[in-house]
Amino acid sequence: MYPAFDDIITNLNQNKLSSFPGGVHPEDRKALSANSTISRLPLPELITVPMRQHVGTDGQCCVEVGDKVLKGQALTTSQNPFSVPVHAPTSGEIVAIAPHVTAHPSGLTEMCISIRPDGKDEWTSLKPVTQYQDMQPQKVVAAICDAGISGMGGAGFPTHIKTASSKEVEFLIINGVECEPYITSDDRLMREHAWQIRQGIDVLEHLLSPKAIVIAIEDNKPEAIEAMKIACQDKAAYRVVAVETKYPAGGEKQLIQVITGREVPRNGLPADVGVLMFNVGTSYAIADAIFHGKPLIERVVTVTGEAVQKPGNFWALIGTPVRHLLEQVNYLPKKQRQPQIIMGGPMMGFTLNDSDIPVVKITNCLLVPAKNELPDDDSERPCIRCSDCASACPASLLPQQLYWHAKAKELDKAEEYDLFDCIECGACAYVCPSEIPLVHYYRQAKAEIRTQRDERNKAEKARERFEARKARLEQEKLEREEKHRKAKEARLAAANAPAEKGEAKDKVAAALARAKAKKAALTSDDSSSTADDKKAQVAAAIERAKAKKAAQSTSSASPEEDKDAASVSPEQEKKDKVAAAIARAKAKKAAQQATVASDPKSSDETSATSDSDAQPEEKPKALSAEEEKKRRVAAAVARAKAKKAEKDNAIASDSSNAPGDTQTQAEEQPEPISAEEEKKRRVAAAVAKAKAKKAEKDNALASDSSNAPGDTQTQAEEQPEPISAEEEKKRRVAAAVARAKAKKAAKENAAPTDNPDESSDEQTVTQDQSEPLSDEDEKKRRIAAAVAKAKAKKAAKEQNNNESNEL
Amino acid sequence: MRMVAYAMVPGMAAQWYVFGWGVLIQACLAVAAAVVTEGVILTLRKKNVERALSDYSAVLTALLLAVSIPPSLPWWMTVLGAIFAIAVAKQVYGGLGFNMFNPAMIAYVMLLVSFPAAMTMWLPPAGVFDGAPGFIDTVSLIFTGFTQGGYDVTQLRTLADGVTSATPLDAVKTGLTQGATYSELLNTQTFATPAIESMGKGWGMVSLAYLLGGLFLIRQRIITWHIPGSLIVSVALVSLVLHLADGDYYASPVFHLLNGAVLIGAFFIATDPVSASTTPRGRIIFGAAIGFWIVIIRTFGGYPDAVAFGVIIMNMAVPLIDYYTRPRTYGRAAPRKPQGGR
Repeated sequence: MYPAFDDIITNLNQNKLSSFPGGVHPEDRKALSANSTISRLPLPELITVPMRQHVGTDGQCCVEVGDKVLKGQALTTSQNPFSVPVHAPTSGEIVAIAPHVTAHPSGLTEMCISIRPDGKDEWTSLKPVTQYQDMQPQKVVAAICDAGISGMGGAGFPTHIKTASSKEVEFLIINGVECEPYITSDDRLMREHAWQIRQGIDVLEHLLSPKAIVIAIEDNKPEAIEAMKIACQDKAAYRVVAVETKYPAGGEKQLIQVITGREVPRNGLPADVGVLMFNVGTSYAIADAIFHGKPLIERVVTVTGEAVQKPGNFWALIGTPVRHLLEQVNYLPKKQRQPQIIMGGPMMGFTLNDSDIPVVKITNCLLVPAKNELPDDDSERPCIRCSDCASACPASLLPQQLYWHAKAKELDKAEEYDLFDCIECGACAYVCPSEIPLVHYYRQAKAEIRTQRDERNKAEKARERFEARKARLEQEKLEREEKHRKAKEARLAAANAPAEKGEAKDKVAAALARAKAKKAALTSDDSSSTADDKKAQVAAAIERAKAKKAAQSTSSASPEEDKDAASVSPEQEKKDKVAAAIARAKAKKAAQQATVASDPKSSDETSATSDSDAQPEEKPKALSAEEEKKRRVAAAVARAKAKKAEKDNAIASDSSNAPGDTQTQAEEQPEPISAEEEKKRRVAAAVAKAKAKKAEKDNALASDSSNAPGDTQTQAEEQPEPISAEEEKKRRVAAAVARAKAKKAAKENAAPTDNPDESSDEQTVTQDQSEPLSDEDEKKRRIAAAVAKAKAKKAAKEQNNNESNEL
Repeated sequence: MRMVAYAMVPGMAAQWYVFGWGVLIQACLAVAAAVVTEGVILTLRKKNVERALSDYSAVLTALLLAVSIPPSLPWWMTVLGAIFAIAVAKQVYGGLGFNMFNPAMIAYVMLLVSFPAAMTMWLPPAGVFDGAPGFIDTVSLIFTGFTQGGYDVTQLRTLADGVTSATPLDAVKTGLTQGATYSELLNTQTFATPAIESMGKGWGMVSLAYLLGGLFLIRQRIITWHIPGSLIVSVALVSLVLHLADGDYYASPVFHLLNGAVLIGAFFIATDPVSASTTPRGRIIFGAAIGFWIVIIRTFGGYPDAVAFGVIIMNMAVPLIDYYTRPRTYGRAAPRKPQGGR
């Protein structure tokens, strides 16, 4: 199945070739045109160049109606690897850029550029690449692309893509087989221009460095074989091989099988079996492009058939209307039953429905048969399942089954019988005793299947999109429910925490009072000295930034900050206060909203009132030296803890801004507080630490650690450290506030707008708002924040996934 | 199809020589009935009658039926068979190319099952029986049931040797059931040909004439060797195994090949493209299986010959065979296997 390279070479040396199954031997009728030299035609009146003449995408049109163009000037530019430009075949004026019927079995219209020749046939400046051996291969390939060369054997595959192949090439096969009856254009080209074809092969050899080069020609063209042998005699590596005359030996897959015995895998390319194949015409065009700089603007076309008086071969400019060619050979419509012009050969060609159709890069023949020269199209009789077609099929298909299923529109069955492996060579139709135009049925079935596939793909995409959306909504619903659940847990935890219910009311009152005071502090600052305020804000921002940095890097950074905090100048003191006040005010506002959570509408009002009447409380507290000391001690303790926390956080590696922020807030806040408070703080801190540990454990257990509960717990734990009754009250109030906040936060989290970023922000805010924080709190905070962030990231990721699914 | 009909000429000539005018008269009857039937039905189906008739498929079907039935069969049976072949076995399925079974064989089996006595009334071949009826007598026999002398078929058969003369297949089958050995039976009048011991007199000649026509078809590439080759080899092998196992009870391969309809079946009946397998491997299987059934049914079944049964049985299996014998498509590792559940 896959013969080795050396075996193939041995066989080639012994003139042993493989064969392909099936095949037919139609009367070749090449003598009609084989002996007339390729002649030139007068310029046609109008040239119509289709913008796409190859397999792939259109180039970009770069001329406009009314432009004068020179011969060889590019009309389109290649902007895509799968597009090649087209060029003006002669000098003249562009008269139209519009759809025009082109060479296609269905008579489709395609965008064409029409040129009215000026008769001067004036060349644009040409840039040959004579020293191609010294150039980078890419540049040679680019030159081939710019010359607009696509496979001239029939498929029209852009040549530069093949020449840029990165796979190892064992065999470079030059296809001069021309197995289709009647056609002699390649035959004449080889006889008359063997040397230039050989030059093209040189270029290909340079680009591809194949291990072996084979020029394959059918043995019914002895003159061509001789000519190519002479042209290649100085290069021993160029083997000119005569292959058995059997249709369709010139098919790419079949010729590869004949030369190498290898089969191109389904959906594969010849390069997959180490082979690249170029038509002799393509090779000629490559030489033209490299050595003369000429783009592909003309090709040899055989005009033949018994309904023309002077069959022969012609250099036809691309875009020449078919009618113009026929005029040159004395087309005799009377010899036909009805006008019939076939583009291509009798086996694979198709009947043109318009004689204005232009010659394109793959047009190798125009066949004008007299009546009774070819079998009638309408003499189709029933299939008798003789399976002569199966014996003729070079792809070993079962054409009778394909026909059966194609005719019955059982397209899936037809596909199952490998419809798409059909190369449409027409051997089956040729041998069919019932004269069924089998290939016609296959083409139709293929087209139908392709249409269906397109529709199916569209439907499939729509379905996927819908399902992705459904999954996303489902996911969001689940997430929401999860949040609700967590929030509920948090509420419950919070409800259990406070010891005495009776104090709650007091606490609330106190909290309200405090909030008012803070608000007042804020507003007064705002009103009294805007300059100060600004400074304060700047300072606070700077400090926060520092704190962030400190938190992110190591604990070694934090002492600095603490120092800042410790060595307080009165100004700084103020700023600190302001900062703290801001933080607190936020907290208070939130708290108020939360406290009245049962009636959310009223919350706004409440906060509004608090805004208005609550100025005087906390502001007057100035710091004594004693306080200062305490502060430092506290700070030191905090630092130590921060270090520890930092370490813990290091696991949740990206201890980033959110926790940092919290920390900053936390560190800032202790400052504007009285000595008494300070004491309480410390005691609280000690107790809290113990509890914090416990809480941490709890958190660790509830591994997807809802930060909300954690927060609440912390808050709750802070409370029981009463020193003075007043403070006690305040504390409790604070705790209540915190709890309320937690609830609110939880609620907000659960709210349908679950943008992960937002929710994490909210959490941060919640944390910011909280009342004066102990170090333990901070720790927890950070951990909680880290956890929250991780979650947020996960959520974000999931969302991303969903989104990408959607695409 | 026309070529296939031409290739039947040697065989029919031999049949005429051996069995008299009957076969030609039956052929005319069958062809006329088949062509008329086909024309009527195609008209009813609004098809192009002229083109359909010009494919000669109806003619071929009629000829195959005509050479398979006894030459003295009453005319209406022949006509009935031909109509049945075209109308039921072919057009009901959709006409040429759509019939699952070989129309001639379906008609033959229908006649055999409906009229078993008449369908086994073969007059003895020339060489066994010199009093064969002439042309007028034969016409009279077919259309009235009696020769001009007033004899019917049974009486004519008895005239030959005083006992009922049978076909070689009949003779051996009946003889074996009556306790005679195979070699004893070969010594009867039915055989007794000098060249090949087990070749029935006259019958062997007909078979060889059809072989000639068949080889011509292969040479003309109208049929391939696959079905006839595998069928003949299969008949030979199966009968050889049986014969070697018990030479007294089981007939030899030569006996099976040269008597009855094996050779005409191999080249002309089983090769009907419409109802045969279409893949090369499938055709070998198809032919071989028919050969197997022929020997098995001849040896163990109730009917003396079995070509029609073998062909029809295997016609039924063609879709299955075709499905599993798909050739490997170019560029594929192996033909795609069924993916189940269809």
